[in-house]
Amino acid sequence: MSLQLDDIDTALLAGREGKAMQLAMRLLVQAAEIMGAPYLIPIRFAHIDACFYTGRAHVDFARYLVENGAKLGVTTWTNTSLVSLADPALRPETSDPEMVNGARELMRLYTELGCKPTWTCAPYQLPGGPKFGDHIAAGESNAVSYYNSVVGCRTNKYGDYLDVACALTGKVPFAGLHADEGRRARLQFDCTALPDDCRDGDLFPHLLGHRMGAIAGSRVAVVSGLSARMTKDGGKAISAAAAASGGVELWHGVGVTPEAPELAAVFNGGETNVVTTDDLRRAHSQLSTALDGPLDAIALGTPHFSFAEFGEVVTLLGGRHVKTGLPCFISTSRAVRKLIAAKGWLATLETAGFQIPVDVCTYYSPRIPALRGRVMTNAAKWAYYAPGMLGVEVAFGSLRECVESAVAGDVWREPHSWLMR
Amino acid sequence: MIQGTVLNAGEAEGPVLALDAPLSFWGGFDPRTGMILDAHHPQRGVCLAGVILLMREARGSGSAPGAIAEAIRLGTAPAAIIFVTPDVNLAIGAQVAETLYGKACPVLAVNAGDYEILKRAANLRIWRGGAISPEAV
Repeated sequence: MSLQLDDIDTALLAGREGKAMQLAMRLLVQAAEIMGAPYLIPIRFAHIDACFYTGRAHVDFARYLVENGAKLGVTTWTNTSLVSLADPALRPETSDPEMVNGARELMRLYTELGCKPTWTCAPYQLPGGPKFGDHIAAGESNAVSYYNSVVGCRTNKYGDYLDVACALTGKVPFAGLHADEGRRARLQFDCTALPDDCRDGDLFPHLLGHRMGAIAGSRVAVVSGLSARMTKDGGKAISAAAAASGGVELWHGVGVTPEAPELAAVFNGGETNVVTTDDLRRAHSQLSTALDGPLDAIALGTPHFSFAEFGEVVTLLGGRHVKTGLPCFISTSRAVRKLIAAKGWLATLETAGFQIPVDVCTYYSPRIPALRGRVMTNAAKWAYYAPGMLGVEVAFGSLRECVESAVAGDVWREPHSWLMR
Repeated sequence: MIQGTVLNAGEAEGPVLALDAPLSFWGGFDPRTGMILDAHHPQRGVCLAGVILLMREARGSGSAPGAIAEAIRLGTAPAAIIFVTPDVNLAIGAQVAETLYGKACPVLAVNAGDYEILKRAANLRIWRGGAISPEAV
């Protein structure tokens, strides 16, 4: 089976739209041939990851595009950056001038190319994004999983450069999760036997996602027994945790996600894992590497905190202040910070002692000295990566536990009956 | 002579280095030095610069294309990479680096049987069409 290109593809490949578009189409053709795609299909939207600085080559690539007449084919939003343009102190230039200046230059170049400067790993929280059934191109692992699973878009996980090539050409290779067959579940996770107090808590989606990723690897999974009341933030937690511990790019929730009104719609039968409270207890202890005790910091917002989650923190705080001197971060997007500012919550939280960085991720771009020692988080994804990337010990807990611990300055635990049993 | 599938075209020759475990080029490899960084990798500390790198499969990372492109730019990259399971990311990174810097890093895939044969060679030469031949030192 060889790759069929249409006249537009062929014209781009021949360089008729300039060298940048030629490179983009060359990358797309190269990927399509490796993936065994029969042809390219149009997309509606792209969320790119190549805007995150990893070295000089990223800047050279973006500059090559800008200088050689690249034009975006679809609406394109940007993932988090290594630095924050809104808050330069998050990564002071003196810490590593080449890296910091390179990261700023990269943000400038992608903005010049016409990308919407969202700088967020949770683009699905913003209005105006793609809808059910849309073919898109995304690269950030949690966004790939959320768009595929919770929104019902269709994307593979596109690595750096290929993500930009898709955005420029407005096309992707027709393969993998773009095709119906690729979207069927290969294994099932059955949660129906779990007690309600477990399934309704906010720890559950993180622990389930962590467990799912460890078993599924990169296979498409289906979960039965999720609560029909599962929130978007629950969907975010499952997506992020399963993409981190495994490489899950699509999971279905029976009766919850749009492609799985019933089990048979996505699963022909096969490997089934019954999820028990023991499994979740084990996941909890894998994520919580620290012994309970005095805290050095709190890190919330991986992936970026949603408007609803900010509301919960404001309610849980009830006007109290976090322990004086305890660094407490909640990372989010510019767009969401604007919304909470309008609501008055930004002022409330800052007065209470929280810092709300935007554009960045706390395990890549922290005020480095602050995140060390014993750090508490409610995010399985943060708990999974931070020990390796920052050398911290993690106390993993529910949002309520994180807020109470922030106030106390010491890990506070809720008596979860199902977790203690 | 063994025929490989070309994932990214080019010519190269060099000493063979076969990995004992998959490697993620992002995080597991340092483009500044060309060395394996991953603390859990059995070949930690080994330098990949200039070798014909044999790896059955890559450990997937969306940031791997940037890491290989950066290494090609700095001259710390392998001279070529040969997989059993084809990898899109490293092929794309190599293509971008060739366009930007004019330095080729061929990427190929071979079947599992041929992979075992190639592993035993001390040196390999890769031809543009994907042919691979053992070379005397």
